[in-house]
Amino acid sequence: MSEHHKENFITKYIFSMDHKMIAKQFLLTGMFMAVVGMLMSAIFRVQLANPGETSVLYNLLPSAWLNDAGGLNPDKYLALVTMHGTILVFWVLTAGLSGTFANFLIPLQIGARDMASGFLNMLSYWFFFIATVVLMSSLFVESGPASGGWTIYPPLSALPQAIPGSGTGMTLWLISITLFVVGSLLGGLNYIVTILNLRTIGMTMKRLPLTVWALLITAILGVLSFPVLLSCGLLLVFDRSFGTSFYLSDIIINGEVLHNEGGSPILFEHLFWFLGHPEVYIILLPALGIVSEVIAVNSRKPIFGYKAMVGALLLIAFLSFIVWGHHMFMTGMNPFLGSVFTFTTLLIAIPSAVKVFNYLATLWRGNIRFTPAMLFAIGTVSAFITGGLTGIILGDSALDINVHDTYFVVGHFHIVMGLSAIYGMFAGVYHWFPKMYGRMMNKNLGYIHFWGTFICAYGVFFPMHFLGLAGLPRRYYSNSAFPMFDGLSDINALITFFALAGAVVQVIFLFNFFYSIFKGTKATQNPWKSNTLEWTTPIERIHGNWPGDLPVVKRWAYDYSKPGANEDFILQTEPLKEGEVEH
Amino acid sequence: MDIALRNIVKKQLLWISLAAISMFFASMLSAFIVEKADVGNWKEFILPNYFVLSTGVIILSSLVLFFIKPQLKKEKSIFGLVFTVLILGILFSYFQIKGWQQLTNQGIYLTGVGSNISGSFLYILTLTHLLHLVGGIVGLCISTIKSKQNLYSINNYLGLELTAIYWHFLTVLWVVLFAFLKFY
Repeated sequence: MSEHHKENFITKYIFSMDHKMIAKQFLLTGMFMAVVGMLMSAIFRVQLANPGETSVLYNLLPSAWLNDAGGLNPDKYLALVTMHGTILVFWVLTAGLSGTFANFLIPLQIGARDMASGFLNMLSYWFFFIATVVLMSSLFVESGPASGGWTIYPPLSALPQAIPGSGTGMTLWLISITLFVVGSLLGGLNYIVTILNLRTIGMTMKRLPLTVWALLITAILGVLSFPVLLSCGLLLVFDRSFGTSFYLSDIIINGEVLHNEGGSPILFEHLFWFLGHPEVYIILLPALGIVSEVIAVNSRKPIFGYKAMVGALLLIAFLSFIVWGHHMFMTGMNPFLGSVFTFTTLLIAIPSAVKVFNYLATLWRGNIRFTPAMLFAIGTVSAFITGGLTGIILGDSALDINVHDTYFVVGHFHIVMGLSAIYGMFAGVYHWFPKMYGRMMNKNLGYIHFWGTFICAYGVFFPMHFLGLAGLPRRYYSNSAFPMFDGLSDINALITFFALAGAVVQVIFLFNFFYSIFKGTKATQNPWKSNTLEWTTPIERIHGNWPGDLPVVKRWAYDYSKPGANEDFILQTEPLKEGEVEH
Repeated sequence: MDIALRNIVKKQLLWISLAAISMFFASMLSAFIVEKADVGNWKEFILPNYFVLSTGVIILSSLVLFFIKPQLKKEKSIFGLVFTVLILGILFSYFQIKGWQQLTNQGIYLTGVGSNISGSFLYILTLTHLLHLVGGIVGLCISTIKSKQNLYSINNYLGLELTAIYWHFLTVLWVVLFAFLKFY
């Protein structure tokens, strides 16, 4: 696509092949799913704060009108927890984050007219969209959606007769995740070849913004790990539907002895977590890429240790493939193997610490602008440190077994993966909103949104560590049956208060987002005074990004506050002055 | 995007897809290894003779593909060669199905009461390979029609080249699977 061309409503807004529009489609679908997932969590948090009672909030959900009413029973509770995890991990933090910013930023920041294949890109979104419809439809089936946890461990997922959520809901879950994986693979292939081939003149790999590096490595992770989830799911489908025994052995249900023999649910865990752990970094790396850009721009300083940042990304990506066993310390794993996985897991602390150190060094003595995007970027660093520290505990097999499957784990992964990634996503939305919609988001509402979210999120997830240390197991519908946990009910109530308050705060963001699309202050060409190429495109969206020739890159992306320069930023298209040394 | 770059992009898309497919099969083989080590009632099987035949056929089909480029350079018709590869591909599929028949005659089933996890793996591995091969056969059908219409030249045969790369990959994949199932 070399020039802007006429588009009608269908080709512009629905079956668009323009990467910017596809990015918005991913963003809006991701936001919708985030709201759904958040409402689910609000409902089950109300339940957890009121043990022994039945939450009627569940009846507000449309699906309850189709199912039997009567409040949140244990089956529905498990279904909500399962769907919340599935939606947040895959739909919001994978597709919502990566799909949005990979699509939006890759062509704009490397100086390309569009993705290598606009058609594949469009197909990627529509696979994702159909997957969304299929997943949502499982809320309306009579036996309810999948309810064996987002990790869908067998035998609950492998035997349709196991629990209500093992039936049609589980089948729909498998169909939707297959469609999701196909969409993700199509997207990932496209991102990789676009970055490798369509960089504009002068945009060497050493000059790539760190956002693009992060998105490239994320795409590679996805292409190499999602097929493993597919094979894992394929064997599960054969067990469910065709009577094989890959994950099943010696099972008796309601007095019926099943013929399955020889399989092992542990095999499923190996395959699942081989995807599952890289998936953590598929979620996290794009956020870290966004944070690198936002922190450098708003510190008015070059990113500290560019090469080390790239190296850290590569090392994290590599290590993510050899640590999956730390999710399985309690499966009867050979202790020696456990110690190997402990070692490889703790190694990840090194590149992670490099990144944190470099973020802090970039901030150090910077001329910091505390924009909402910057606050969320710093919030990401904060969550990455807090969650990373508890990760050291969980990565050590000797310590992990004490808190395995407790709220300690829930607190850990929500902070290190959930909060870090969602803050990164918010940072990205606030930062690139002017480029997406040509208008600015309201800054004051952004501040309220950040501080409200930051306080509530820590209010929710920090106390969970204490619940976990006290031994409170995760996934329990009610803890009132165990007197030893009675003393923890106040903490649970406090967590629920913060969860509900945090959910309300998100309404401010949603209002700000949609209001600003139509009524926000009009954006200038380069409102944050950034160096990267996207800010050289016209404010008015055109398919092809630049009306004339493609920009030519003359320097790296982080020349902020360079001595001798007229301003505290220098666009990547500015030639080096005579005698000027490139970083 | 100019044509040369577009060709590079398409080839890269294919190569990266092949990496993804390799991961799919690598995970299956890993699962096979783990289960064989763990399962007490693992049933050993003898690979059907038809799989030996199919191995020979698919290797032959890949070898035939190597003659296409020289033919194109000489500006000679490649229809016969492409059609031969297509026939060999179909023959491979036929031998695979005959191999499955041989397996059921041995009492090795994909599923059901008499099945064993070792047999299930054998069927799944060969079935998923065959499903990927169907894609290659579709590509070969298109290439056969195009070569009949003389639409390929030494400067313009990207579609055929992509099909050939994919086909070679399937050959290597099958040889690896066969050797693994035979000797592991």
